[in-house]
Amino acid sequence: MIVAVTGIMLILFVIGHLLGNLQIFIGPDWINGYSQHLRDLGPLLWAIRLFLLAAVIIHIYVTIQLAIENRHARPEPYQDRQYVKATFASRHMVVSGLVVLAFIAYHLAHFTFRKTDARFALLQPDRLGHYDVYSMMVYGFQNYLVSGFYVLGLFLLTLHLSHGSSSFFQSLGLNDKKLTPRLALGGQIFAWLVFIGYTSIPVAVLLGLVKPAQQL
Amino acid sequence: MNFKLKIWRQPNAKSPGKLVNYEVRDLSPHTSFLEMLDILNEDLLRRAEEPIAFDSDCREGICGTCSLTINGEAHGPDHPGAVCELYMRKFRDRATIMVEPFRVGSFPIVKDLVIDRSALDRIVQAGGFISARAGSAPEANSILVPKHDADLAMEAAACIGCGACAAACPNGSAMLFTAAKVSHLAVLPQGHPERDNRVLKMVRVMDAEGFGNCTNTYECEAVCPAEIRASFIAKLNREYARASMQRGAGE
Repeated sequence: MIVAVTGIMLILFVIGHLLGNLQIFIGPDWINGYSQHLRDLGPLLWAIRLFLLAAVIIHIYVTIQLAIENRHARPEPYQDRQYVKATFASRHMVVSGLVVLAFIAYHLAHFTFRKTDARFALLQPDRLGHYDVYSMMVYGFQNYLVSGFYVLGLFLLTLHLSHGSSSFFQSLGLNDKKLTPRLALGGQIFAWLVFIGYTSIPVAVLLGLVKPAQQL
Repeated sequence: MNFKLKIWRQPNAKSPGKLVNYEVRDLSPHTSFLEMLDILNEDLLRRAEEPIAFDSDCREGICGTCSLTINGEAHGPDHPGAVCELYMRKFRDRATIMVEPFRVGSFPIVKDLVIDRSALDRIVQAGGFISARAGSAPEANSILVPKHDADLAMEAAACIGCGACAAACPNGSAMLFTAAKVSHLAVLPQGHPERDNRVLKMVRVMDAEGFGNCTNTYECEAVCPAEIRASFIAKLNREYARASMQRGAGE
């Protein structure tokens, strides 16, 4: 129940963050203005960040606790184990979740706190006086390693969501025999839309379709 | 048909067990899996070896006593159905077949393939009943049950309590069993007076027995011989949330 509720909050963030990021395709003014707008929220932005952080911590703390209980529930493992229905994603939620956590830590250091790339400090404000997020993203993703880890992180997030985004309906009791297969399919489609949406940005950058708005 | 078997042998709950190799020869393809074990045991007795202990009773798929994990699947590869409904024709000739007990911490091994499933009985004792005055049967139509509810209760009541759900669950969770028992009575008018207490107590005992937690992998419904659907677990979650809220509101 707690896992489901915190999971929904984090899914909402994933959707919101994707919609924000996709503004890169509309142009530098849009996404730079959008991120300036977010920063102008001031204390409210920090309230949202703390709220998300709390959701992440609770989500992980409770699931790790449950996973430990689950380990204890079968002290002696099977010599041979075949799964009939349980998907790979559903059986590896802890691993995929923890890799996503590592990815988020790097991602925050990279783009939010800008500690990993010295060039980001050299960027000039754009012509409206906003921080040039557009060029920052483009320069960031021009590195193959950065983009590669980003795509990998997103793939594991997709794996996590392909189970989690339909599983929470079951946990909250919002499910019946007709809905189950439809929700499972919907969850898969949603997870892969998230994957395509997010990875379209580094792919577009690496293909040279999106170029930096200023030269360094 | 000929088969090689790797069967889990364990003298009692305390001693460690191991897989032991056996062979069976010249079986009819229409031999059931349990009959195959009977034939093997007769052979072992002739050789003055200790026969393999395994559970079975009705041998027609309605009692839920047989409990084997065959080639890594609870009740073997022929779903839906209990081990007694599994026939050797389902396997390739000369195949190697692995036979293990249901492995759940709450089902301790008694001997070889026999496990103690009384944890499930204790969950039922916590609330899987109705308190009714005994006596002559009441007038048939004095309590009306809508057809839909009767069908739903019947589907849940099909659970034979074999424990395959917990055995197949990656987390060793008995949620499908408990969901079937809770749902069966929750949808019937006779079950309504104890509805909230029932779900709260049964879930509490289920957790106390050391079963794992449901992570919605639905492996349970794939192996259930009575075809109990995992949507009953959603119903259990609803029942539990409803009862907790009413309890919280002081009703």
